[in-house]
Amino acid sequence: MFGFFKKKKTVSGQREPQSSVDRGLLVFENTSEVIQAENQLKKAGWPVKVMGPPPEIRTGCDLVVVFPLIEELNILRALESAGIAPTQVVPVSAPLLAPVDLFQTKDFGDYLMVRAANMKITVAKDSRRIVNISGGGCPDVPYLAEAMIGQTLADAPRPRDLGHTLCGYALELAFTELQRTC
Amino acid sequence: MLGIVGTVPDLQFPLAHGRVRWEGRRIGIDGRSIPVNRGTPALLAAALRASECIGGQDVYAFLVGDTGQGEGSRRLYRFLARHLSEFDLQVLTFHYLQPDVDWHGRVLLAAQAMPQRPLLIADAGFMYAAKMGGQSGHYDFFTPDVGELAFLADAQAPHPFYTRGFILHREHKVPDLIRQAHGHGNTAEAMVVKGRTDYIVENGNIVATVDTPAFEAMEAIGGTGDSLTGLLTVLAGSGFERTEAALLAARANRLTGALCDPTPATQVPELIDNIPRALAGLVDQKEKRSVRHGG
Repeated sequence: MFGFFKKKKTVSGQREPQSSVDRGLLVFENTSEVIQAENQLKKAGWPVKVMGPPPEIRTGCDLVVVFPLIEELNILRALESAGIAPTQVVPVSAPLLAPVDLFQTKDFGDYLMVRAANMKITVAKDSRRIVNISGGGCPDVPYLAEAMIGQTLADAPRPRDLGHTLCGYALELAFTELQRTC
Repeated sequence: MLGIVGTVPDLQFPLAHGRVRWEGRRIGIDGRSIPVNRGTPALLAAALRASECIGGQDVYAFLVGDTGQGEGSRRLYRFLARHLSEFDLQVLTFHYLQPDVDWHGRVLLAAQAMPQRPLLIADAGFMYAAKMGGQSGHYDFFTPDVGELAFLADAQAPHPFYTRGFILHREHKVPDLIRQAHGHGNTAEAMVVKGRTDYIVENGNIVATVDTPAFEAMEAIGGTGDSLTGLLTVLAGSGFERTEAALLAARANRLTGALCDPTPATQVPELIDNIPRALAGLVDQKEKRSVRHGG
């Protein structure tokens, strides 16, 4: 999961343009369904990515799953049997937004903080216990903070399992980076 | 009366509205008691402590349970779109809500149709929706942190999650980001940009900064932005001129740290406990007397 996050960049920092003619978008009711669909399809080996939707189908706190159009029928069948049917399937017709892929790490001595987009997570270095979560603006942030603070990086529930929004998704990225570095 | 709109991280919490009471690290509303950790309960707690200190107005909250699926937020949006015009509020602060452009527009219309238009403050998810819907200019205050300012400065990003890297790289150049966000029409009339230095902004111009007392650890503590927005809500609704209210809020929020020597593991209720002492040191007796009562 989150392999899309490590995509190459051009020298200027802009992401590489991607061919879109052969891709479609799976649109879901909410971000949790997007995450479930991504997990399901990746497990089955399909080359899917999670991206930001184009403006015409953007409603708020959105993600969509980008998939190879040629596989549409197979993918829909797999999703329906998993009970996570998309609300819309549309061809890609405009540039898609890529999620943030920069992390900022701050060393406080006894504590280490990692930030991804608007989300920050801090752990005590000796115990690897999560001591604070800050930032964000979506309603799952206080919920995730309550569930994760006081837990170690090994034992804490993952934001990808409990979260539902882009803030939750950003926290998952910061959490993964912290696990990698701490 | 001061209105605060937001969510509680408990799916069982129903849509509730009413005057809010301080119950010692908990807040009471409509016969229910909510713990103060972070998010809207922290904002409410800060507002209650600040209002109690300066003899400010009552705090009236509109709350609903939502853990990120958005159903609670949509129920609250529907309620506000139908009933906001029945309330008389001097300030209306929107906080942790599921960003939804359509509902944001309907709620904004309802706020503008109130008998007396309140001073409008947007923070967190509702600020994201205001920017996404191109309606930032309708607000009196935004309270972004530096990462959220980068999002406001990015004309294309619909959420901070999509802020483009070349803009994020400029986070140390806050004045540039403020100019850029203003140029794209993505700023409220005034802003408090929270960070190592807090910037007070009026119509795209930096009119003041606050950088002392400084505590590196504050950046890690979840809820310090919520407490600042709570302070701002009370001070802006208590007769202080806009820039003065922002300056006092930023200073008082920092002083709450000075009174407890925070570490990155400090929890925001410890800081909120210090609000009365922090504010009392800033607001002199003359200002206290000038506080307008109403609502």
